[in-house]
Amino acid sequence: MSLAQADARPVTGPTARPIVEARGIHKHFGQLHVLKGVDLVVAERELVFVIGPSGSGKSTLLRCLNRLEEPSSGSIMVDGIDLLDRKTDINKARQRIGMVFQSFNLYPHMTALGNVALALRKVQGKGKAEAEARALAALERVHLADRADHYPGQLSGGQQQRVAIARAIALEPRVMLFDEPTSALDPELVGGVLAVMRELREDGMTMVVVSHEMAFAKAAADRVVFMADGRIVEEGPPAQIFGAPRHERTRAFIGQIERH
Amino acid sequence: MSGWDRFLDSFFNAKVAWEYLPRIIDGFWLTILLALCIIATGLAAGLALAVLRSLGIRPLTWLIVFTVDLFRALPPLVIIALLYFGLPAAGLQLSGFAATWLSLSLVLMAFAEEIFWAGITATPRGQWEAARSTGLSFLQTLGHVILPQAVRMVIPPLTNRTIAITKGTALGSVVAVSEILGAAQAGVSFSFNPTPLTLGAVAYIVLFFPVVIAGRWIETRFAWKR
Repeated sequence: MSLAQADARPVTGPTARPIVEARGIHKHFGQLHVLKGVDLVVAERELVFVIGPSGSGKSTLLRCLNRLEEPSSGSIMVDGIDLLDRKTDINKARQRIGMVFQSFNLYPHMTALGNVALALRKVQGKGKAEAEARALAALERVHLADRADHYPGQLSGGQQQRVAIARAIALEPRVMLFDEPTSALDPELVGGVLAVMRELREDGMTMVVVSHEMAFAKAAADRVVFMADGRIVEEGPPAQIFGAPRHERTRAFIGQIERH
Repeated sequence: MSGWDRFLDSFFNAKVAWEYLPRIIDGFWLTILLALCIIATGLAAGLALAVLRSLGIRPLTWLIVFTVDLFRALPPLVIIALLYFGLPAAGLQLSGFAATWLSLSLVLMAFAEEIFWAGITATPRGQWEAARSTGLSFLQTLGHVILPQAVRMVIPPLTNRTIAITKGTALGSVVAVSEILGAAQAGVSFSFNPTPLTLGAVAYIVLFFPVVIAGRWIETRFAWKR
């Protein structure tokens, strides 16, 4: 292999630099104590999978990481920015944190290109031509450049989710948050979305994924975090969590999902 | 004269019709002017109130809800009478046109606010979250993502309400605005023949039928592409 080729291949595997540092996160919804002191540190280029039974707080944790939910206490640093500091411009910070939702949430009144270009124009202040060129490049990365002028209603669920991924990565975020990205998809459409996520990982994107796609976790995750009752019960490499879980709760959960 | 002839002579008297047609046509244009003014200010004010309400500032929301409920509860004719006959006592004399315009604008504002607000709250939460997660501010999200969807959603009820309130321009006849009905009634008084009322009815149909058709066209035009 020549040197140029070696350079073209991005370094895979996490570096030592933390991108996300969440410490002592608590979240109350009225009487409900949803997160009970969660610490999560995600390194650059790391792919962290968060699993756990429903109601364990994993989605809430993810939504705290871009302040869609306001933690009751704790601290969150993302790419060196104190997310919970009142002086932080949250709209500016959020450009570095891409998020993909279970229900896609594409804007139905805009084309795929319009969906991706909106924040490029209105948040980053790029001109129409540049925003559209960048949006098209982002759509290219999710293999949907040929659907640029389609409206969400004209796309399949899998295609919509890929446009949603393009909408997030177009802003060149430092970390991507995925909140059950394939849960609303028909089984035959899951593969395309996972393939795009795998490519993102190969390009060195830092990712936090809440999902039930255990095969994907086994194959692609650097680390798996198991949550239950608002706490992180156990974390480690996929081989440990799926092959030799240490905690009883983890064993019970893995046992249940493996039976399917 | 037979009953049928009497009927024709009363409602379809060609001589009377010809004589009073110019006044009805003047009234027709005045009605259009009044209606356009009411639609412009009523819808704009209603949208503005809905946007202010979405800020979620408690005292402001209470004030908006109170105002809106007040103007939805009061009969439009009562508001017109209050403004036209009541305000001079406070030293402010509005013309009949201004009183009618202001009254019906306030009523349309109230109903439009409720309709726009319904559209805003009916837009899925995920739309807010997706837009905010890309760094759009609250107002940018409202303007670029929420309102375009909310407005499309509420076009049918909004069209209906706008037509209903615009027809209230006929109430202006009570405060000496010679819009279509006012002109027709004046015609009846002068000619002792109800034919001008027939002309007025025709004028209303000519005016509002296209509006109803336009409403349907707008509904189709703004449906999502699927």
